[in-house]
Amino acid sequence: MSATRPRLVVIGNGMAGMRTVEELLLLAPGLYDVAVFGAEPYGNYNRILLSMLLTGEKSVDEIMLNTPEWYVENDIALHTGDPIVAIDRRRRRVHSRKGIELGYDRLLIATGSQPAILPLPGRDLSGVTGFRGIDDVEHMLEAARTYQHAAVIGGGLLGIEAANGLSRRGMRVTLIHRTNVLLNQQLNADAAGLLARNLQGRGLELRLNAETVSLYGSERVEGVVLADGSRIKADLVVMAVGVRPDIVLAKSSGLHCESGIVVDDTLQTYDPHIYAVGECVQHRRVTFGLVAPVWEQARVCASHLARFGHRRYRSSQTATKLKVTGIDLYSAGDFIGGAGTDDLVLRDPRRGVYKRLVLKGNRVVGAVLYGDAKDGGWYFELIRSAADITPIRDRLLFGQDYCQPALDPARATA
Amino acid sequence: MSTATTCPYCGVGCGVLARVDADGAVHVQGDPTHASNFGRLCVKGAALGETVDLQGRLLHPMLRGSDGRLQRVEWGDALDRVAREFRRIIDEHGPDAVAFYVSGQLLIEDYYVVNKLAKGYIGTANIDTNSRLCMSSAVAGHKRAFGEDVVPGCYEDLEQAELVVLVGSNTAWCHPIVFQRIAKTREAGAIKHVVVIDPRHTATCESADLHLPVKPGTDVWLFNGLLAFLFQHGAMDARFVDTHTEGFAKALAVAEAEAGDPAEVARICGLQMSDLLTFYRWFARCERTVSLFSQGVNQSSSGTDKVNSIINCHLLTGRIGKPGMGPFSITGQPNAMGGREVGGLATMLAAHMELDKPVHRDIVQSFWGSPCMAHRPGLKAVDLFDAIGEGRVKAVWIMATNPVVSMPDADCVKHALARCEWVVSSDIMTHTDTNAYAHALLPALGWGEKDGTVTNSERCISRQRAFLPAPGEARADWRVVCDVARRMGYAQGFQFSAPHEIFLEHARLTAFRNGDIEADGVPVARRMLNLDGLTHLNREAYDAMTPVRWPVLADGQGTTRLFSEGRYAHADGRARFVTVASRMPLHATDCEYPLVLNTGRVRDQWHTMTRTGKAPRLTGHTPEPFVDMHPHDALRCGVREGELARVCSRWGAMVARVTHGGGILAGNVFVPIHWNDQFASDARVGGVVNPVVDPISGEPEFKHTPVRVEPFPVRWYGFLLSRRALAPIGISYWTSIQGDRFRRYEIAHREQPAECGEWARRWLGVTDPEADWLEYEDRSTGVYRAAHLVDDRIESCLFLASRPHLPSRHWLSSLFMQDRLEDADRIALLVGEPADPEASTGHVVCSCFGVGRRTICDAIRSRDLDTPAKITAHLRAGGNCGSCVPELRQLIAEVRSQVEAS
Repeated sequence: MSATRPRLVVIGNGMAGMRTVEELLLLAPGLYDVAVFGAEPYGNYNRILLSMLLTGEKSVDEIMLNTPEWYVENDIALHTGDPIVAIDRRRRRVHSRKGIELGYDRLLIATGSQPAILPLPGRDLSGVTGFRGIDDVEHMLEAARTYQHAAVIGGGLLGIEAANGLSRRGMRVTLIHRTNVLLNQQLNADAAGLLARNLQGRGLELRLNAETVSLYGSERVEGVVLADGSRIKADLVVMAVGVRPDIVLAKSSGLHCESGIVVDDTLQTYDPHIYAVGECVQHRRVTFGLVAPVWEQARVCASHLARFGHRRYRSSQTATKLKVTGIDLYSAGDFIGGAGTDDLVLRDPRRGVYKRLVLKGNRVVGAVLYGDAKDGGWYFELIRSAADITPIRDRLLFGQDYCQPALDPARATA
Repeated sequence: MSTATTCPYCGVGCGVLARVDADGAVHVQGDPTHASNFGRLCVKGAALGETVDLQGRLLHPMLRGSDGRLQRVEWGDALDRVAREFRRIIDEHGPDAVAFYVSGQLLIEDYYVVNKLAKGYIGTANIDTNSRLCMSSAVAGHKRAFGEDVVPGCYEDLEQAELVVLVGSNTAWCHPIVFQRIAKTREAGAIKHVVVIDPRHTATCESADLHLPVKPGTDVWLFNGLLAFLFQHGAMDARFVDTHTEGFAKALAVAEAEAGDPAEVARICGLQMSDLLTFYRWFARCERTVSLFSQGVNQSSSGTDKVNSIINCHLLTGRIGKPGMGPFSITGQPNAMGGREVGGLATMLAAHMELDKPVHRDIVQSFWGSPCMAHRPGLKAVDLFDAIGEGRVKAVWIMATNPVVSMPDADCVKHALARCEWVVSSDIMTHTDTNAYAHALLPALGWGEKDGTVTNSERCISRQRAFLPAPGEARADWRVVCDVARRMGYAQGFQFSAPHEIFLEHARLTAFRNGDIEADGVPVARRMLNLDGLTHLNREAYDAMTPVRWPVLADGQGTTRLFSEGRYAHADGRARFVTVASRMPLHATDCEYPLVLNTGRVRDQWHTMTRTGKAPRLTGHTPEPFVDMHPHDALRCGVREGELARVCSRWGAMVARVTHGGGILAGNVFVPIHWNDQFASDARVGGVVNPVVDPISGEPEFKHTPVRVEPFPVRWYGFLLSRRALAPIGISYWTSIQGDRFRRYEIAHREQPAECGEWARRWLGVTDPEADWLEYEDRSTGVYRAAHLVDDRIESCLFLASRPHLPSRHWLSSLFMQDRLEDADRIALLVGEPADPEASTGHVVCSCFGVGRRTICDAIRSRDLDTPAKITAHLRAGGNCGSCVPELRQLIAEVRSQVEAS
């Protein structure tokens, strides 16, 4: 340990922050003295797999990304359960809740996001939770052991995963969604209809086009009231209506923030010593909720921290996959289309399959896959590479297996 | 227990052993003892068992009511009505106001009674047969040369020849078993040369030593040239010509005058001089030469002259009536010759006797004891339908044939029947293009149900025997004719109770007053057709009758060859050289109709497909009607291979798919004869063919019609496979093809439906919104595909596209054999082909990036990857949510242990 090394302090022991550190260690091992502060009392875990933790398909150990030993091996000082509460940018020092004060040469903010909590009457009742961390999952599991009825507000990715998980844990779950298209950020009406049927087949109660107006209960929540006046009994209410970048700390330290911490293409904030990655940032007006762009941010940010500052982050198309076992769903790019675009559509309702590719000229610009998402990654690649699909257009929607011979000259001649 | 019978297709007349299983399935095999085929069968014959089902069969009599709809009636009512209408029209307008149009598919016995009714009782010779369309030029040629309609040789001659000349015959496809006999002998080296004379390069040419692609219609030049060449090169048998022939000098003079110079002949016929001379030299050199000819010769406005130009060459060289030589007309139908024997042509009387000879008329009338006798030739097929159209013939009884499809200028035939007062059709199928115009439909027996005799191309009489029960109320044609005759008031003459009684009467008539010497002043006439040896058969002997070649004289032995003694049927016993002057087909091409249309059969279909159209194994070879043309002509006409074209003549038009078979000379097109309104939207080539006939035989010129080919523009192409037959109503182009457990429709349409899915569901009758319906659509390129499954079994599938590039039907067809579709097949269904297991990336491990197990294992092996991170670096697998990382580790361990182990 050399006292002359510059110090990098990382705020947030989540996926974005730690991926940046991992990338950094690959590029410039030993360049920094690294200290990591995390609010949660665990090591670094894969937040995407929380829904599998909820269903019981994975255990806590299985979703851990980096073990405490890893931090030790890599000479990283890890402070769990001890969030940074203040940043003194002038003196380049941070203060933790437990009172640790540490100077930095570079600061990486990776505070992630907080679940949005609707400003509904009764939101503070016990039994009302978000779905964001291991403690939320534990809270939900606890409720599932004791109570019967649950309501999930929000039919987006997290809401559906939460509803499915609770249902798998034996609760009677009502999923409440504002529009009649589930996953309306990712699906069109056709695919959403199939999804709705599938969820109903799993025993979920769906309330679409339903606005929640209040929660009721004396101490613990007992149910929700919808705009049409109907009441839904619920001993557990999960709010999954989106996330907000967690910018409280950044803001209080005077960093320029809008919806998120504003960063440039190098993930640098308005303070040249401070970088930010992940769901807490805002890059060219865009905030983030999916993992793929975050990995890319980590790569770019690490290169700048490593002083190989040549990479640029460009926000790109994103793809989504729902992690509900038995539901295969994928969506990417411009899956709605419109004037100037063509559609390839495959419907097999009996097998529960719906696939749609949106083409612009001879390029794929969007994909919605339901029931058979095997080729999602391949389509995403075609979207990103803007490949000319003319020779395989007739087979494209049937997947890579059918297009391989046409694309691979060696195979075509064999 | 199998039944020995005879194949009902071409004129080869193969013996068939048929057996019916306990479950009713019919199995056939070649009869090893039959001298036509010695156990072999062609593909059509071998598939006979698939054609005898009752699908589409006419099973009870029907009469058209005043509302124009056919209604089922009792036999008694049907017979009464048919008899009454014929009686009424004869009484009002005379016997020549009625006519019979019969078929080479009838048995001798059926033919015999209908001929007897017409000529001896009604008193009209207005009975013609579809043999007019294929054989009548050969008949006329035989009569002119030999004095009687006689094929001198037999099939063995083909195996004993040194040179076999196939003229106007795609023998390989149209007479496959005879062709196999030729090909086998040629391979063994016994036949030295096979020459094919045909404007088309056909399958037959593949086994030939020389193909002469003559310009259509120039055969007489070719054979006149040959006659002159043979004379000039000393190949003449002067003793034979002097002793046994007449008319040589004049015939030779004309031949030498117009075709004495081979260079000129080669130019006119469009042949290479060297090829022409090769043929001439071979012919001059080979004593044992057989000239086998068929429709390419006969179906011409100079068909009879072509036949005689061939026979002339055999007379000049004396090559006739001896083993391994002779002119040989091969017939198209199983009983074309048998029909001629009983007089089933408007130009003959009966038993090879002539209408215009008083002695012959007297012989037949006194034998029949009939009230009257036709005394002048009746109307030949083309004239007959003209007369119907003009209202001169007011009643017609059509038996076992489909003139709306098979006649030239067939639209005219359609209009004629539409205005005919009384049309009766005896058929085995309910729906045919002709039956649509019938007022009475009489259900006939089909092959396997009917019982009687047929005569093949080599004069061999064989039994067709029943091995299936009569279906529904169907009856033998002879019985129906007898019943109608009696109801018309002819109490005598039609009291037959079984076919053998009719056959015996026919045999006795052939022998009756047949000879050279008058006895007791009763005039006689010598005929070569003499079945004296068969006149004493009782029922058992008839049933047990083995194939025999006529004449069958008193000793009961058949005759292998005729004219061996050099005695011909003309009164002076001499054969005739017929002076034949060449002439081109009547209608020449011009700038409006610049191409020559040729028509013919395809390998696996027969006539109008009523039977062969049922057998999946026959429909696969040529599923669709086509127009085969030279690529240069296609370019000039603006049509493309695989797309649709309209073929138009002055007489009509039809639509078919363009092919480049490679065998068509520029300036010519070929269209098959089989397709009709039951199998395609608009593919009756008969409607296009010119109604020109040979002036002597009356045989139409099917092989030469000036036409124009033009694009048939459509917006989309497609096909449908369906377990259920569907009505392709309102579709611009369709062809229906029977498959194994499904029907296939090739379709094309001028307009694309606005909503393909809705249109498809409506057409396929899938109204249930919960039906298992898969669909794929690429709207902007006009691609739509759908499949309907019921209980996981494929019910139908439909593929549409704006270009004729559609998936192969082959694999999709095979799915109809499965009672339950495998998941993999279901997924592949709308691709139209099975997933290539080699191309599969395997079970998905990384679902974020869709990376399969196989891809990952290959990468681990080939790039020696040892960490999940390295896999991610190469394949991106594991690089998103990371949930597959443990599986990646496991795969690394697996692959590496395999590598180490090996």
